[in-house]
Amino acid sequence: MQEFLNYLNSNVTPGQAGAYVWVVIYILIIFAAVSLAVIAMNWLERKILAHMQVRLGPMRVGPHGLLQPIADAVKLLIKEDIIPEGSDKLVFWMAPLVVVMTAFTTYIVIPFGPTHAVTDMNIGILFMLGVASLGTLGIIMAGWASNSHYPLLGSLRSSAQMVSYEVAMGMAVVSAVLMTSLTGAGVYGIGSATGDGIGTLSMIEIVRAQMNQQVWFAFKFFPLGLAAFGIFAIAMVAETNRAPFDLPEAESELTAGFHTEYSGFRWSLFFLAEYAAMIAVSSIAVTLWLGGWLRPFPHWLSGDAWDTAFSFFPALTFFVLAGMTLRTTLRMPKHPYFKIQKTGLAVFGLALGAIGLVLLVPQVRDRVEDIYWFTVKVAAFMYLYIWYRGTFPRYRFDQLMKLGWKFMIPAGIGVLIATALVGVL
Amino acid sequence: MADILKSEQSASSVEHIEAEKGADQPFLDATELILNMGPQHPSTHGVLRVILKLDGEKVLNTECVIGYLHRGVEKIAENRTYAMFNPYVDRMDYVAAVSNGLGYCEAVEKLLNMEAPPRAQWVRTILTELNRIASHQLWLGTHALDIGAITPLFYTFRDREEILKIFERYCGARLTTHAFRIGGCQYETYDGFEQDVKKFCDFVTPKVDEYETLLTTNRIWLERTKGVGVLKAQDCIDLGVTGPVLRASGVKWDLRKAQPYAAYKNFEFDIPTGQNGDTYDRYIVRIAEMRQALRIIRQAVDSIPEGPIMGKVPKVIKPPVGEIYHSIEAPKGELGYFIVSDGSTQPYRVRVRPPSFVNLQALSKMVDGALVADVVAVIGTLDIVLGEVDR
Repeated sequence: MQEFLNYLNSNVTPGQAGAYVWVVIYILIIFAAVSLAVIAMNWLERKILAHMQVRLGPMRVGPHGLLQPIADAVKLLIKEDIIPEGSDKLVFWMAPLVVVMTAFTTYIVIPFGPTHAVTDMNIGILFMLGVASLGTLGIIMAGWASNSHYPLLGSLRSSAQMVSYEVAMGMAVVSAVLMTSLTGAGVYGIGSATGDGIGTLSMIEIVRAQMNQQVWFAFKFFPLGLAAFGIFAIAMVAETNRAPFDLPEAESELTAGFHTEYSGFRWSLFFLAEYAAMIAVSSIAVTLWLGGWLRPFPHWLSGDAWDTAFSFFPALTFFVLAGMTLRTTLRMPKHPYFKIQKTGLAVFGLALGAIGLVLLVPQVRDRVEDIYWFTVKVAAFMYLYIWYRGTFPRYRFDQLMKLGWKFMIPAGIGVLIATALVGVL
Repeated sequence: MADILKSEQSASSVEHIEAEKGADQPFLDATELILNMGPQHPSTHGVLRVILKLDGEKVLNTECVIGYLHRGVEKIAENRTYAMFNPYVDRMDYVAAVSNGLGYCEAVEKLLNMEAPPRAQWVRTILTELNRIASHQLWLGTHALDIGAITPLFYTFRDREEILKIFERYCGARLTTHAFRIGGCQYETYDGFEQDVKKFCDFVTPKVDEYETLLTTNRIWLERTKGVGVLKAQDCIDLGVTGPVLRASGVKWDLRKAQPYAAYKNFEFDIPTGQNGDTYDRYIVRIAEMRQALRIIRQAVDSIPEGPIMGKVPKVIKPPVGEIYHSIEAPKGELGYFIVSDGSTQPYRVRVRPPSFVNLQALSKMVDGALVADVVAVIGTLDIVLGEVDR
């Protein structure tokens, strides 16, 4: 028991400390958090997309549609499980499992803080990219097992697209990894610390390198860091089959996508895996280029006063959210029919406020700070995903592939070579 | 391809060509694929069936099957009096019902050798141009939706609501308006009509710019529409294609200028044309037409003449024996009415020349060699309404 609690004083991840009970606890926490995030994303996507389209989105199911994702989940669970007649039953059953498992396995190495990862493999980023690629296999399995023309074509298209953009992602990732070891520091040498010449693939070490070099890699060797970040940001949208690269799952085209024949819970597994993959690749982008768990300007605005000021941000965010919720409660229609919704929304607002109060406690502040900044950056990416979906038309498949092979990959290679040259000179 | 119709396949994708050609066709993609974009499809703008012959993803041949919305409107016309047939006309191109009514009423007025009074002409012009904007807004929203931009749909429909409100205040109906009568308009403009129309014009002018900011310079939109569905000017003329499709191919032909009707000769407006005849040019032309329509409306609303709103028409309309073809520039193209009168109260024959029907014939020429995703874009850019195609 004492050993169990001893871990809390260590400064390594549970995997490295060998505290296996904590490993399991972390895994459960991550699983719960990602599921919660997916549910939140469902609501957020519908509301944000709706507001971009001058409409309101779900408003009825809970106050302002807050219970809509739960209603959707329940609906999907109680749906009839249809298995197509001529399908390969084993493969049909396994395909969603493969996709979900690979999507969630990537979360082992994502660093939410300096010790807040399940484990810190020294090949962390390589592991993430590799496991993410395995998800493609699940998609092909899904299309094959459906025993139908459209899903097969859709899944082959989908996997072709994912494979092409993985190469571009890999180029961008390598250029970021290169920056961990290169000796140019800050923005073209501004700043005191330099890279120590030893590169690393470990996710936590990459963020530490950004901390030591006093620059987020997105801004290092300007504009190369930004170019690599941009290439990754676009390739990751294509990797996760989201707009504007969502032709394989578009409804107005002919092939309805690899998950046509899946209904009910099986489909929700694909949906869960898609959103989990979105969060995972956004986490890679945040870790590699945006400084992971680091707060903004750790060196320009340094010192205890600034640290304390920034550590109030989590509580502040929750207070702002609680304030918005309570204001909405006050503006709800004054009609007896809305009483339940009003109470529900008020309780939700008060809960948010209570969480904000808990986050004011100093011990909690220290621990939560890193997770908070990481989450805020990933949330910004999620907003971008929704924004893209609302704004852009869809790429035609050949244009998509042309963009991937003829623009992204040469650009990625170019940025990589340029980064190497600039760093060594 | 006719054998497909004979055998009437279900909506399954693969025709059993293998059985016909012999049993040694081991691989699916060794033969051409016949794909059915069935009557029920999110992107065919109504019940249109397009049979595609594909080689992988390239389109080799298309065949349109229409008639799913055929209601026998022209036959019905033979059993209705001229005034009774007026409401039927709205239901052909239900998106631009006012234009349909205008064409029919003017055709019958020509048969009767009379003209509607000037006030009626002005009001007709205003309502028809408002309907042109509404029709183009609907087209823009659905076309962008087909190509994947899901947001412009909501913007255009929200703005279209204002036009429909004006129609509702004027004649009681939003969509199938039955706004005009033979000899003029039945209803006087309501109190505040001019203010409403002016307010609408000021309201929608920045909105058209808003639609453009979303699409016109968007790189993905450009890639999806430039060079897609090219129709050369000579092909347009040979096929009889009219409307924005014709003008986008470079031919400056607009019936409002070439054979002015209603009050158009009193207003100043331009005819936007394109150069390449591709989907992008058709988009630009229709956006420009929306702006020109606003220009016409502004001029018209400032100068509505006083006078009777309904001309001197006999109670029982019995045109003399004869025939007339009268066409107008509907939002979709040249909408023509060929009416044969045998002297009785019911027409002998009413033949409607629907622009969508004639434009649809250009589909196979436009998608020759294109990819499947382009077929959807091209059907959208032709701006067809199946109510008109099938009547």
